[in-house]
Amino acid sequence: MKGWRFFLPLGLFAAFVGIAGYQLSQPKSEFVESAMIGKPMPPFDMRPATSDVPGLSLANLKDGKPKLLNIWASWCVPCAAEAPHLAELERQGAPIVGVAIRDRPEDVAAFLARYGNPFQRIGADDLSELQLAIGSSGVPETFVIDGEGVIRYQHIGDVRAEHVPLLMEKLREAGA
Amino acid sequence: MSRLLAMLVAISVLPFAIAPLAAQDSMPPAPYAYRQLDDSGLEARARGLMEELRCLKCQSQSIADSDAPMAGDMRHQVRLRIAAGEDPEAIREWMMERYGDYVSYAPVVSRTTWPLYVGPVVLLLIAGLLLWRRFRKVA
Repeated sequence: MKGWRFFLPLGLFAAFVGIAGYQLSQPKSEFVESAMIGKPMPPFDMRPATSDVPGLSLANLKDGKPKLLNIWASWCVPCAAEAPHLAELERQGAPIVGVAIRDRPEDVAAFLARYGNPFQRIGADDLSELQLAIGSSGVPETFVIDGEGVIRYQHIGDVRAEHVPLLMEKLREAGA
Repeated sequence: MSRLLAMLVAISVLPFAIAPLAAQDSMPPAPYAYRQLDDSGLEARARGLMEELRCLKCQSQSIADSDAPMAGDMRHQVRLRIAAGEDPEAIREWMMERYGDYVSYAPVVSRTTWPLYVGPVVLLLIAGLLLWRRFRKVA
């Protein structure tokens, strides 16, 4: 009758060890997700990241058409890996604008010459200001921005072939 | 012989020393990434906050400890805002609005963390109750 109460502390301890062990064995997410989904883009106006492509401002995003906003840099290796998939998104009709993080105009130009240019506009974010303001924690990241300039979706890491239909779907959901 | 060994070690370690550099940008650090504010009082306030903001690229370090360019940009922003008279807690709030609780090392009571605070109190109450019953029987 009193037996189960005797073993209660041991049982609690075993449950604790079990839960802790299970949690420790689960893979940890390396991604820090933006808390800005559903919130408006902040006001910004960035100089062109390279002379051949226009710069980017909030007004460009609020033109009524949803867009992909790609946070990238010429010095970022996965950004080169995602270039063909951004090209495919552009081919399927997705309007893509870029934000080049801490980048030199000549490096941006060289990157575009080598990997192609899927961007309608590229703004230069020399102090990661826009990146911090929208809760992005690295390169590359791709945001879906609706026609009113509201952030709808965040894709962290390089865009791979399997993400192309997903991003097209998210653009449609944002009203494309 | 030992020289050969040292060379082998150097050669095998070299790629790891170079690899992280290759993934960094070539821009100079932000003006206030490494430069302290002239006013030591303001710098101390900035320092306090920088030690409690998590570097997002290197998640086990604070932005005060990290040499990642993004951490430098965050320090630049913290120092400029403090110099402009902004309250450190307002800046922390601003960061948490963008990156969630995760970006701050200072613990907060929230929807997910309240059991951490309530749990010990409940355990203490149970222990107190048990002790009280036991001593009452003895008395």
